[in-house]
Amino acid sequence: MASDTATLAPRDTVGEINKYDFRTESKAIFKARRGLSAQIVAQISEMKGEPAWMRDFRLRSLEIFDSKPMPKWGGRVDLNFQDIFYYLKPTDHQGKSWDDVPQEIKDTFEKLGIPEAERKFLSGVKAQFESEVVYGSLKEDLSEKGVIFTDTDTAVREHSDIVRDYFATVIPPDDNKFAALNSAVWSGGSFIYVPPGVKIDFPLQAYFRINAESMGQFERTLIIVDEGAEIHYVEGCTAPMYSTESLHSAVVEIVVKRGARCRYTTIQNWANNIYNLVTKRAMAYRDATMEWVDGNLGSRLTMKYPAVYMMEPGARGEILSIAFAGAGQHQDAGAKLVHCAPHTTGQIISKSISKNGGRSSYRGLVKVEKGATNAKCNVVCDALILDPASRSDTYPYIEIAEQNVSVGHEASVSRIGEEQLFYLMSRGLTESEASTMIVNGFIEPLVKELPMEYAVEMNRLIQLQMEGSVG
Amino acid sequence: MTYKLKISNLHVAVEGKPILRGVNLEINYGETHALMGPNGSGKSTLGLAVMGHPNYEVTEGSIELDGQELTELGADERSRAGLFMAFQRPVAIPGVKLADFLRHATTNVRNPERKEGEELIPMREFRQELRSKMNQLHMNFEFARRYVNDGFSGGEMKRAEILQLAMIQPKFAILDETDSGLDADAVRLASESIAEIGREKMGLLIITHHDKLLEHNPPEFTHVMLGGRIVETGGLELAHELHTKGYERIRRTYPDAEAQNQAMLEKEAISI
Ligand SMILES: Nc1ncnc2c1ncn2[C@@H]1O[C@H](COP(=O)(O)OP(=O)(O)OP(=O)(O)O)[C@@H](O)[C@H]1O
Ligand SMILES: [Mg+2]
Repeated sequence: MASDTATLAPRDTVGEINKYDFRTESKAIFKARRGLSAQIVAQISEMKGEPAWMRDFRLRSLEIFDSKPMPKWGGRVDLNFQDIFYYLKPTDHQGKSWDDVPQEIKDTFEKLGIPEAERKFLSGVKAQFESEVVYGSLKEDLSEKGVIFTDTDTAVREHSDIVRDYFATVIPPDDNKFAALNSAVWSGGSFIYVPPGVKIDFPLQAYFRINAESMGQFERTLIIVDEGAEIHYVEGCTAPMYSTESLHSAVVEIVVKRGARCRYTTIQNWANNIYNLVTKRAMAYRDATMEWVDGNLGSRLTMKYPAVYMMEPGARGEILSIAFAGAGQHQDAGAKLVHCAPHTTGQIISKSISKNGGRSSYRGLVKVEKGATNAKCNVVCDALILDPASRSDTYPYIEIAEQNVSVGHEASVSRIGEEQLFYLMSRGLTESEASTMIVNGFIEPLVKELPMEYAVEMNRLIQLQMEGSVG
Repeated sequence: MTYKLKISNLHVAVEGKPILRGVNLEINYGETHALMGPNGSGKSTLGLAVMGHPNYEVTEGSIELDGQELTELGADERSRAGLFMAFQRPVAIPGVKLADFLRHATTNVRNPERKEGEELIPMREFRQELRSKMNQLHMNFEFARRYVNDGFSGGEMKRAEILQLAMIQPKFAILDETDSGLDADAVRLASESIAEIGREKMGLLIITHHDKLLEHNPPEFTHVMLGGRIVETGGLELAHELHTKGYERIRRTYPDAEAQNQAMLEKEAISI
């Protein structure tokens, strides 16, 4: 495996920070200068008008970030942390017009066949622009039911008590280097609280995008599903192309209380130069169910292992993940299931596709703690390799500290079959149509779990990846 | 119509091993031909080579459809030119629904100029047609939602091949043992269906070891293959003779071809 190196440039200690940098080209009214320092972190907190506890949390996290080495496993990260903008506030998100949207982004939407209304939303005309999340109209019935659905910045100001109770309890800043970085400089993301017994029967959605060159995006999402409540949250993402390195490092924390259900669906299609290093974790309590559905396309390197910690008896964790690695891309994706209590059940299904020299790795951990008797867990990971230049690896880790548990693991690697191609081609499909169809069939078991419009988008993204015209 | 499929002096090798040694065959649109011959004589090889399987290398000879040379074309282009083969052993494509696959295939064959990404046949229109064709074949419409050949029984696979034939409506179809693996009722249904779909509406080359299919689709010509060559051509009576008496006379009459056939079988045995 490649060793991981990162170039950490010396800190900017001169301290000559332009507090307000009005950069008209990027239409930002505030842009922190490149780089990372205690001043910048304090400045971000001040700009956001945060309570002192959050500012202190950020500063503490920065110290942890500094003290932690880069992870020794996964993919190669060539990043200069001093070369990144850590915070960018949009000018006038509501006043932005469709005419302002760059042609290349419009073209991407066109290729993806995204409907007009959704394009405006995605391009920031109607909602989020750059790193601050602004939701359109919050559904009335949601607020009537007591559901809080807002961006995390607003939540910190307006729902400080509840945020403080849960923030960083699932993923503390010292969990890993990137979680520490996010904790120090986070901005945007979603905060959701669903009160006991409330079932939301439509998927809640938010779109995240990266817009500014060389800009890191560090959303922080926190979801609390109270006892007996249910929610399906969907996060979609399409990113335009950039010429310089860019970092996306989100943290997603979820608490699923007794008898509650949460499904979190993500489809990410990053530009080729983006490092997508995300920490996602949920804690599921008695008889609660947590499901991650995770689709990763594009990016230079993705390292993402959604986790479920099953804390009490009867908890269930399910992780479905799809990764597509094209030219110059490394998808190091997987899952983590930790059984901390008896009679907990877990399942991981992972499918990866490698093409044009792309590399995909499945990295998964199944852990059964002492006392978690009768835990059941099943892992299935299938890889499809489209050409000899591409690569796929599997790194399954299993740690079992209890007897009388059932843990299954199946892995398969296949190459696209000549016989399958011939069969489809003998029915008039071109070679490229035939391989796209085989790939779509390969991921179909996961795609059918997606909400309709995402399933369609997923298939189109795969088609574009197969044509090599996007990402 | 005057379409013609013309195979001349066709030599085919697999992995460098010669299998077909100069096959000549002409089929006119609307005709039914039977291709018979003992196991391993090269019948499927002929079909696969004509359809353009990349592992079946044409080392000599030609395959022409209406004067157009096919040997350099890919299977997709041959399909769009009007060729079809129902396979002896269809392969599974997990995750791909039969209906989606058929809609794509039907669109491409009917509109050979179609570029990737262009519109498919409108959904409603397609479903209507599929539904009526499936009715005709006594197939449940639900079946179209299953993944192509994935977990199909032997009989279901063959019926799915016939459904594809019915939807695609090629000019020429090679049916490779489309009657094997079917129970008695299913053989009758398949035979009737093929007669309804294909007889006189295409040129048919029927490869079979049974007589039911030919009863419903009586061939104008019967060809016997042995050792990679067509050694004898006759009419319906030749098919009857082979069904009742077997290949004894053929083997005796063409000892060279018989020797070739044995050699191929032995090589096969050694390689196993
Ligand atoms: N893909 C292949 N690889 C290796 N050998 C092959 C291949 N295809 C055909 N052959 C060989 O070519 C010879 C002819 O095979 P073919 O399948 O054409 O016979 P057939 O007449 O269709 O027989 P059957 O009646 O049993 O279906 C056999 O010896 C077979 O083993
Ligand atoms: Mg055969």
